[in-house]
Amino acid sequence: MAPRSLFDKVWENHQVVPETADHPAVLYIDLHLIHEVTTPQAFDVLRARGLAVRRTDRIFATIDHSTPTGAPGADGSRPYGSDANRHQVEEMEKNCREHGIELHGWDSPLRGIVHVAGPESGRVHPGMTIVCGDSHTATHGAFGALAFGIGTTEVGHVLASQCLLQRRPKRMAVTIDGALAPGVSAKDMILAIIAKTGIHGGVGHVIEYRGEAVRALTMESRMTLCNMSIEAGARAGMVAPDDVTISWLRPHMSDMPEADFKRRAEAWLQLKGDDGAVFEKEVIIDAGAIAPMVTWGTNPGTAIGVDQPVPAADNDDDRQALEYMGIEAGKPLLGLPVKTVFIGSCTNGRLPDLEQVAAVLKGRSVHPGLRMLVVPGSEQTKRDAEAMGLDKIFMEAGAEWREAGCSMCLSMNGDIAPRGEVIVSTSNRNFVGRQGPGARTILASPATAAAAAVTGCVTDPRRLMGDSQ
Amino acid sequence: MKRFEDITAVAAPLMRNNIDTDAIIPSREISGISKAGLGEALFAGWRYGEPGSRKPRADFILNRAEYADAQVLLAGENFGCGSSREHAVWALQEWGFRAVIAPSFGAIFYANCIQNGLLPVVLDRVAVAHLAELSAQNPDKNLLALSLSKQTVMAGGEEFGFSLSATHKKMLLTGQDQIALTLELRAQILEFQKKDRRNRPWAYLQA
Repeated sequence: MAPRSLFDKVWENHQVVPETADHPAVLYIDLHLIHEVTTPQAFDVLRARGLAVRRTDRIFATIDHSTPTGAPGADGSRPYGSDANRHQVEEMEKNCREHGIELHGWDSPLRGIVHVAGPESGRVHPGMTIVCGDSHTATHGAFGALAFGIGTTEVGHVLASQCLLQRRPKRMAVTIDGALAPGVSAKDMILAIIAKTGIHGGVGHVIEYRGEAVRALTMESRMTLCNMSIEAGARAGMVAPDDVTISWLRPHMSDMPEADFKRRAEAWLQLKGDDGAVFEKEVIIDAGAIAPMVTWGTNPGTAIGVDQPVPAADNDDDRQALEYMGIEAGKPLLGLPVKTVFIGSCTNGRLPDLEQVAAVLKGRSVHPGLRMLVVPGSEQTKRDAEAMGLDKIFMEAGAEWREAGCSMCLSMNGDIAPRGEVIVSTSNRNFVGRQGPGARTILASPATAAAAAVTGCVTDPRRLMGDSQ
Repeated sequence: MKRFEDITAVAAPLMRNNIDTDAIIPSREISGISKAGLGEALFAGWRYGEPGSRKPRADFILNRAEYADAQVLLAGENFGCGSSREHAVWALQEWGFRAVIAPSFGAIFYANCIQNGLLPVVLDRVAVAHLAELSAQNPDKNLLALSLSKQTVMAGGEEFGFSLSATHKKMLLTGQDQIALTLELRAQILEFQKKDRRNRPWAYLQA
């Protein structure tokens, strides 16, 4: 048999019907993640046709996008941003009830951003096919799963059949050798990759991230890396399972007897690509050359090292982006005044992200007049952070410690960045108006965002490392 | 799903690259639970003066009288990149668009178009720019004729061919429903589940 990549193995394990020239493959889906925004119309279709949900046991359901991050009232009521937000969550509760789907809603200790809470639930495993009506589903590729975002009609298709029709994508290797420098993280790595590939460099491909710098990443960092694959145009990004994966999964699958877990772990390790597996495209990056990254424009491909000058605009897109951002070409972003800092999202809302922020904030204060939101990715992350006392560090510094959810990453729950002001954000998209009409987003790592919160301007986080006051 | 029927219509040029689905319909407009009513939120951030208001901006192309009946949207590269929200397609359709012509599309958006019968047409940059120029000069005179069966776009006396997968073409032409088709494969799905248990027994170990 010809050498196969990780992607090839997972794909071929899930073909109910292989593709032909005339027909796409029918692919079996192991795990379907669902949330309140992209499912109501899918459930409507099932209702209209009298269809049942085929495998309620293959669904992880939660609420995250429309949920408020303000503290609940004394009576437990949630301060929704709008009636529409509330109604959308109630619709999710109703649909799950009606179809016998377990919902990790307000009462569940496992509620959270679907791409943070899903893995924490212990249900995301290597070799799975995973879909969700959300483009950041690629996150789960960190476990060696084939995970990608789908639209709502396809959500209905998976609910009804547990299958999806797909054309086989091409394979792209992103090889990152060397070691990241101190103060540089997985977020900087993925921003550097997208800066190199461009935002449609990965269209039609599944990325496999490999190389010694990838192997050296924690699972949380691998999730950050895979999360933004869609920002390079690729629907999925994967990392081959290894000992890091297995060590992370063991405590998250603590109910499984040791012998059974071992059997699984052995099978998972076999999923890695064969020597000589073919990739249609390859990109090579030197981890050691990556600096803390910041974006100057209005798409994630506009990332530069924090000490690098903003490139001169040579086309209308770039000129419009600079104008929107109020940024001048030719000099670095260092020193640019910042009014808001957002820590959180499915990209950087996990415990190690919060620890990095706390390391910068400890003994320091948020700059006067700057608003800093720290939004944990899940209820579990929130509890873990509080057990470590991180919440106290954030609040003592003057930041807001909020309830878990997507929050200001896409600002559909009422958490909105102010018009015309710069926000440094650990989220994944700096699109025009995404974090609020007229808001100017700079994407960065947790450490870079925390450094901006302390100084009130774009700052190289390495300046603040190791010398906390 | 509605079948796609050939059209001759006004084309509206919105020639920016990387028009993301947040621009097509902002997050604040997708808190509803229905497909209906999204047309008025299409391009809300560009179309209206203030967020939440519905006061049209005179300078936005779709607010101009000559494009009020446009059924084809001409756009730059990577149209529909970003968020998977199918609301973007529903909003374009409710507004009146039947097709989008661009040099390239975001992958999830493209799939969502096919699922809903909105025809995504890929033409090279030069051709799209030419069509945009024709429409900008005189939208009513330079109507665009789009044939799915022939896979052609005609305007200003010129014809451009486009490619589309046979599966997608059939779906769009017949209004074929994928869910119904897949459900007919019930026996094969059950067979796969049995086979998968044999091939990957470790994946079925329960706690």
